[in-house]
Amino acid sequence: MTLYALRRIALLIPTLLAISVSVFLMVQLVPGDPAQVMLGERATPESLAVLREELGLDQPVHVQLGRYLGGLLVGDLGRSIRSHTAVSEELANRFPATFELTLVSMVFACFVGVVVGVLSAVRRGSAVDAVGMTTSLAGVSMPIFWLGLVMITTFAVDLGMFPVSGRVSAYTYVTSVTGLMLVDSLLAGDIAAFLDALHHLILPGITLGTVPAAVIVRMTRASVLEVIQEDYVRTAWAKGLSEKVVIVRHAFRNASIPVITVVSLQFGYLLGGAVITETIFAWPGVGRWLLLGVHSRDFPVIQGGVLVVAATFVVINLLADLLYAWLDPRISYQEGGR
Amino acid sequence: MKAQAWILVLLTCIACGQGSNDTLIFGRGGDTVGLDPALETDGESFKVADNIYETLVRFEAASTALEPALAESWTVSEDRLRWTFTLRSGVLFHDGTALNADAVVFSLERQFKKDHPFHKVEGAYQYWNSMSMSEIVKDVRKVDDMTVEIELFRPNAPFLSNLAMNFCSIVSPTAVRKWGNDYARHPVGTGPFKFAEWIKDDRVVLERNPNYWDGAPKIARVVFRSIPENSVRLIALNQGAVHGMDNLVPDFVANISADSKLKLLKQPGMNVGYLAMNMDKQPFHVLKVRRAINHAINKQAMVDNLYQGMAQPAVNPIPPTMWSYHEGITGYHYDPALARRLLAEAGYPNGFKTTLWAMPVPRPYMPQPLKIAQAIQADLSAIGIEAEIVTFEWGTYLDKVQRGQHDMALLGWTGDNGDPDNFLYVLLDKSATAFPANNIAFYRSEELHKVLVDAQLEIDTDIRTSLYRRAQEIVHQDAPWVPLVHATQTAAFNASVSGFSLHPTGSKYFHKVRLGVK
Repeated sequence: MTLYALRRIALLIPTLLAISVSVFLMVQLVPGDPAQVMLGERATPESLAVLREELGLDQPVHVQLGRYLGGLLVGDLGRSIRSHTAVSEELANRFPATFELTLVSMVFACFVGVVVGVLSAVRRGSAVDAVGMTTSLAGVSMPIFWLGLVMITTFAVDLGMFPVSGRVSAYTYVTSVTGLMLVDSLLAGDIAAFLDALHHLILPGITLGTVPAAVIVRMTRASVLEVIQEDYVRTAWAKGLSEKVVIVRHAFRNASIPVITVVSLQFGYLLGGAVITETIFAWPGVGRWLLLGVHSRDFPVIQGGVLVVAATFVVINLLADLLYAWLDPRISYQEGGR
Repeated sequence: MKAQAWILVLLTCIACGQGSNDTLIFGRGGDTVGLDPALETDGESFKVADNIYETLVRFEAASTALEPALAESWTVSEDRLRWTFTLRSGVLFHDGTALNADAVVFSLERQFKKDHPFHKVEGAYQYWNSMSMSEIVKDVRKVDDMTVEIELFRPNAPFLSNLAMNFCSIVSPTAVRKWGNDYARHPVGTGPFKFAEWIKDDRVVLERNPNYWDGAPKIARVVFRSIPENSVRLIALNQGAVHGMDNLVPDFVANISADSKLKLLKQPGMNVGYLAMNMDKQPFHVLKVRRAINHAINKQAMVDNLYQGMAQPAVNPIPPTMWSYHEGITGYHYDPALARRLLAEAGYPNGFKTTLWAMPVPRPYMPQPLKIAQAIQADLSAIGIEAEIVTFEWGTYLDKVQRGQHDMALLGWTGDNGDPDNFLYVLLDKSATAFPANNIAFYRSEELHKVLVDAQLEIDTDIRTSLYRRAQEIVHQDAPWVPLVHATQTAAFNASVSGFSLHPTGSKYFHKVRLGVK
């Protein structure tokens, strides 16, 4: 198991290298020159040349790639063309916001997804099942953009229950330690700020969590349905165990493996920046930052951002794989498990 | 159940209970990029910087005319090459540093002296370069503690307007030395507000400068919040979560005007969108053809349908908010019959075939260039001119029009320093026809050139005004362009906010703002 984990971790290195190189080359293919985008109507051949030199864009592609990879080795993601700030610093400012939002929406999605999914499977064909399945179908097909605006008009405008946008009210200030508002406000002992941050998280959290919740509902239901027809579940029933024990301990534990795959994929996907949700709710996260980077052809931002997002995705998948082994001892690995 | 209800009540109270009467919250579409005024190039950065920094001279409250700011007065030498500025005494930067000649010399010199210890920072001094300051300014010298002399290579009156632009803001040398490359995130100026806090992509907070020389602001704080989604920003304004916002989508305007809790501000922006006719190409060298095209285009329909009213039909190359604007010129009215007659007189009774180039990207002065091109195409076909629409990737487009490869092309300009020179000389002088041409009509008028150069050399504003009025007459006579529109700048505020007005340059000044009791 340990060996397996180590091998998987070692395999991360070529994966990340391949990602960095392909992201770099992809960005080179994008039409539009950052210098031209920055100067617009005022561009002259001289000012373009000066700016390209300033940005290192006058170098041949392989030199630029070499510089970029060399920087990566020492943890330097470069500096943003637009703001002249280190990409790592910009990321550090935004990643916690995305992480916090993702975490809340995944908690919501897992809770709703698993509860509704298991209930639908166990009470297959019942009204609960029908409602659960219909709602989840709607959830999977819902355009987030529309859902976000409906949530805002209904809960923030008509009912006035939640704030319209942002992470905290304009009057709340929390000293940043971890960058996670919920944690930082508790560290500062500021309960009002904590509640304020939580209050701001609910609408975007639910908006972002809806699609994953629906996906999890469907996956959980399918998986539980399959497992409850297995012999060992029938045995458990025959032993006279209570429904709760049979479903939770015997059926769901085994049904949870495909569910975890889905959860980890969704989690990685959301961490990659929920561009739309972040834009609607003015959430200062990675997705919106990357989008602006693409608009202004801010190469270092696109490269650094995509690399970190991809790395997060890969790491979460790795964690999910390791979790399988812990959940299901039957899973064995070439050199490891036996 | 009861507990849940209480939590809900509690949360709601937190949301609404913390309102404060001395904080103005302004909603906008994007975050500030940086706050070193010499390095930034984007509106969202200047919007904040306008309230932190000051310049030697500044724009008057409602026009682009100039008035004293950090310089109390100035004199110009006989040969018009040496400008001597007397600084306002007793002004302090927000960090306590005194404003003096050293600070002024430091702020300007770092932008062009390559051996200046703070010349090499992240980023380029783009505005200094794009305003050709290195070709205008020879030296900046300290005469005594409160006197600065700026020596020019050649007499240049618009130079004074450049000094009122953000990039010529006077920064605290102490703070620049302290923060180096990070200064753009720790700005220190002399303005009405001082920098307090910046949460990236979320908000920038400024606090009142109680020692401001021109009277401390009435409000204690200004919060600039980034709310990228237009409709959400409007909801925030309706809800009172922000007090004001700018860059309204045309669709919102009717709603805002109808709401008594809100007030709508609008004004022609300092820009122009135009159709340039390449006078190096046939048949645009013929005056009657150019006038015919001017009469053929229905600008009002364009404003109504493609700008939803958020623009004003243009008559002159400069916008009506700019000093020296010539109200006497009424423009070529829309008259297809007259246009057809002029074409016939010019020898084209059956019209001709040509190309019409349009930008591929929305620009501030022209949000939908291709639709504008289609409207013009239809107007021209009504008088027998068959125009094929051509477009390229943005960089290529600029390069090709600057080389004069087009017949007719759409383009526009957003003004920098509020000086008519910045439109007329830059876009229509014969010197601007060399590659990269800004004069993409390739209009070469000796008469206009003489007037514009005289206006650059002249310091007296009254004389300059009459010269620029003459220049507008010449341009109108020769009709190298169809001046199309001046796009409107807009903002909306809660009715409780007073003391704010739009400025022709697009700057947002919050110094005089007050918040009434709601």
